[in-house]
Amino acid sequence: MKDAARVGSLTVKPPPFDYSAPDTLEEALFVLGEAGDEARPLAGGQSLVPLLSLRLARPSRLVDLAGITALKALDTAGGHLAVGAMVREREAERDERVRSLAPVLADALPLIGHPAIRSRGTIGGSLSHADPAAELPAVALVLEAELVAESRARGRRSIPAADFFTGFFTTALAPDELLTTLRVPSSAPGTGWAVDEVARRHGDFAIVGAAAMVRLDTSTGRIEEARLALAGVGDTPVRLPETEQMLAGAEPADGAFADAAENTMTRLSPPADVHGSAAYRRHVAGVLARRTLKLAAQRAREAA
Amino acid sequence: MTSFDVELTVNGVPRRGSVEARRTLADFLREDLGLTGTHLGCEHGVCGACTVLVDGEPARSCLMLAVQARGADVRTVEGLAPDGEMNRLQEAMWDSHGFQCGFCTPGFLMQITALLAESPEPTEAEVREALSGNICRCTGYESIVNGVLLAADAAISHE
Repeated sequence: MKDAARVGSLTVKPPPFDYSAPDTLEEALFVLGEAGDEARPLAGGQSLVPLLSLRLARPSRLVDLAGITALKALDTAGGHLAVGAMVREREAERDERVRSLAPVLADALPLIGHPAIRSRGTIGGSLSHADPAAELPAVALVLEAELVAESRARGRRSIPAADFFTGFFTTALAPDELLTTLRVPSSAPGTGWAVDEVARRHGDFAIVGAAAMVRLDTSTGRIEEARLALAGVGDTPVRLPETEQMLAGAEPADGAFADAAENTMTRLSPPADVHGSAAYRRHVAGVLARRTLKLAAQRAREAA
Repeated sequence: MTSFDVELTVNGVPRRGSVEARRTLADFLREDLGLTGTHLGCEHGVCGACTVLVDGEPARSCLMLAVQARGADVRTVEGLAPDGEMNRLQEAMWDSHGFQCGFCTPGFLMQITALLAESPEPTEAEVREALSGNICRCTGYESIVNGVLLAADAAISHE
């Protein structure tokens, strides 16, 4: 056969693997349960396929999730946004329900890669890949989202974003478990959100990214709650609880955000690489913390 | 290794093949279907040269497996000039000197086709945003951006 003769030639780069494309979640969970940690789920493939091509990943089997309708739903029942793991990033980016119920998610999506990446890439794929410099993990943290996972052996469970990202490209998901849904809690009136990042070129992975939330007391105008999550400053996306605590009860003024940014910088030991030293990353984290918190506060005032 | 049957539509024509799961859509188009207009640069999703349309959306064919394209409607650069006549976008790119060596051009053309389908009158900023994932090492991009704006203008004045 023409193809067989070509195996091992330079025209094929990924190592051989088996492939199944189940139609239902039950079937996918069955296959993953049987295969153990030799199988990998294939979502949009925008991170996994390059890893295959570079032969950094060598799964024995890929389980393609694209045929599973149940994972493609976007639901807003009860005012809560629930995004199916196989919803494409581009699709979510265009969806008005995402914009109105999770504006910080809508703002973060265009920062991911490029249009041709986002038209294939999925919400669940990005979260499960858990790149510490990626946008969605940090956004899931700042949203205090719940990540719903399911396995054949242990059924369904809901994992708070704070417990989901456990290490460098590592999540709380077991090998036989699939992320099925991202659940976003609804936000109270007077809440503002912001996300920003610094990258060498638009669409590159962020050197540092920041996502912030500020909720104002609608009677006093003071900060009732602040949240800050950063990407690119460690093995996982991080929340900054001490910085957040500092802001609780404060006036949403420039001075408070500058102090918060200073505090953020002292609490980080970011990695150094060819794109930036640890000191540079710490500095950028401070700048982005200040900018996103300030913008979130401004939006909170507008939303009140 | 098991072979998988792949049936899909390429530039309006039903095509089929039998591939290993690891075969990328790019290699399937080029090697199995002989559609070598789709170019491969980096082969890991950085350069954008292999961009095609999958069900109307731009996608990097080196980041898709052929088996993932089963049942899909794929458009490649060959589909832009089915009768050997360049379409309006290609004419505009020609007129604005929007390519030099031409290696990146198929990817740019498909990405621009997707942009103009969604946004027929893009601003320059929108054009630059849409093309941010396609790398050209010759032109410096100015003439490519001009070509897109020219194509959009030509489409409007044609109406």
